[in-house]
Amino acid sequence: MRLYELTAHELKEKIERREVRVEEAVRALLDRIAEVDEAVRAYVTLAREQALAKARAADERLARGEPARPLEGVPVAIKDNMCTRGIETTCSSKILKGFVPPYDATVVELLERAGAIIIGKTNMDEFAMGSSTENSGFFPTRNPWDLERVPGGSSGGSAAAVAADEAVAALGSDTGGSVRQPAALCGVVGLKPTYGLVSRYGLIAFASSLDQIGPITKDVRDCALVLGVIAGHDPRDSTSVPRKRCDYLKGLVPDVRGMRIGVPKEYFGEGMAPGVRAAVGAALKTLQDMGAILADVSLPHSEYALATYYIVAPAEASSNLARYDGVRYGHRAPGCPDSVTMMTQTRSEGFGAEVKRRIMLGTYTLSAGYYEAYYLKALKVRTLITRDFDRALEKCDCLVSPTSPTVAFRFGEKMNDPLAMYLSDIYTVTANLAGIPAVSIPCGFGEDRMPVGLQILGRHYDEATVLRVAYAFEQATDFHKAKPVLGGAGADGAVVGVAPACGAAATGDGSGEAGGGPTRKPAGGEADA
Amino acid sequence: MKITIADVDHVAMLARLRFDEDEKAGMAEQLSRIVEYVEKLNELDTGDVSPMAHAVPLRNVLRDDEVRASLDPEEALRNAPDREGDFFRVPRILESE
Repeated sequence: MRLYELTAHELKEKIERREVRVEEAVRALLDRIAEVDEAVRAYVTLAREQALAKARAADERLARGEPARPLEGVPVAIKDNMCTRGIETTCSSKILKGFVPPYDATVVELLERAGAIIIGKTNMDEFAMGSSTENSGFFPTRNPWDLERVPGGSSGGSAAAVAADEAVAALGSDTGGSVRQPAALCGVVGLKPTYGLVSRYGLIAFASSLDQIGPITKDVRDCALVLGVIAGHDPRDSTSVPRKRCDYLKGLVPDVRGMRIGVPKEYFGEGMAPGVRAAVGAALKTLQDMGAILADVSLPHSEYALATYYIVAPAEASSNLARYDGVRYGHRAPGCPDSVTMMTQTRSEGFGAEVKRRIMLGTYTLSAGYYEAYYLKALKVRTLITRDFDRALEKCDCLVSPTSPTVAFRFGEKMNDPLAMYLSDIYTVTANLAGIPAVSIPCGFGEDRMPVGLQILGRHYDEATVLRVAYAFEQATDFHKAKPVLGGAGADGAVVGVAPACGAAATGDGSGEAGGGPTRKPAGGEADA
Repeated sequence: MKITIADVDHVAMLARLRFDEDEKAGMAEQLSRIVEYVEKLNELDTGDVSPMAHAVPLRNVLRDDEVRASLDPEEALRNAPDREGDFFRVPRILESE
């Protein structure tokens, strides 16, 4: 096992036991990035020198006998829409190129206080608008499982970095599925916490009533570990909810016996790829075999969720993005005779096509004469969608569904059809509208042996239950240990677990059926995480 | 609702964006398709449903009015495209006489 392959909890233990120095860990990750990022292109900015300096400081702390902190020495990547003091932060937009924030986002502060080392900023769809990372203003990120395919989005850089072992863990942001969908498409774990649980201070706003920061990690234990560090009330975010701190690690019990898991029928209808259906179906069977009670439930307003989202999110975005006017930071169009011309020119040069499309859509639906017909209507339907979840979760401990209707698609496949791209979010936007927590975990392989994600949704602030079910499933299966083949595929090809390139062997059962049967550990197999 | 080139012109002015003629045609077509899709919401009777602007019921979040340090002007101006002293400098705003 190479250092860069370790999970955060494994690496932290080695550092705590002084088997590994923090500087060694950071160098291992930087070397890995040098080896594979030319192919994956997960990072827009590397913080090499800052990371090494912080690593040496951490090693000195430990040498003085100070206790290891929860994420001591763990190299993490941050999506490029979270402010990092002294490290360029662009939202993968030309309009913010060169912007160096004078302050840290709260999540960045909390991670560093917990001992994590920030090694770089990851690529994303510009201003988090997109589902493939093709809308980056700089370059697309590639899926580590198949470099001809997208990693999903908008947190595609963070998901690809974790999947390719270029970061031990990462942060993404999720407005309509931007943590969960790329996590699913890259075969890693991604959580969107309850709205208000994690501070948005220093997160560059897209749609303020939907945005939430969440961890992207190699396993569920890491997800709980990172969530415990970043969750909590922050007086600098007025939508941050004051609550008692929760130890998410304690709740990780590999037991779902007697738990009621709702299966919303609307999430298993048309439009789902057969391979995704097979993998998710097998996952439900696994949960049932483990003693969970599956219950059919209905979320009757699901078919209106995407339309609601595509009114609410662009409306909020059009307002939030009004601040990019070339006055205080970022790009300014040169040589303009007056300020209005300068602002118009700056925005027209600086924003990409999808961002302009959403600003236009949001401005239109908020403009005089249309506000009630579109925006107000959407807010009312949002109430109906939320009530659906309240009702379903009264009778169930959590709900399960596919994360994405398809596996990772090829570059360019959906770029000329905005509505087709928006459909990638069909199973994820609802959690943002309702504000509930939802995690995506690897649950098998679908078409062309690409990863499939299982989404688990829970009650407001009940991350503990969502993570418990995720953890139990993970302990019973091996999907999270599968890694893509990347880099020097020489004699020492650093591949652990199974590789998708091996075809049928990937599931370990040799059956090679479409959708991949779950890799089940032998009965009584001990958890080894 | 069909979005016309005139609508695109008006909304672009509000949003401080400029498009060439080809882009305008593409934008009108794409926005029309999206708006047509979202009009699906009209199938629902929402007469007595209250709107939900936020996922958490927080109201009037206030903090104590304590004196404390804020962002240093030099730091705030570091990213400015243009400055003059402690100010952001911009092209002319008012019409000259």
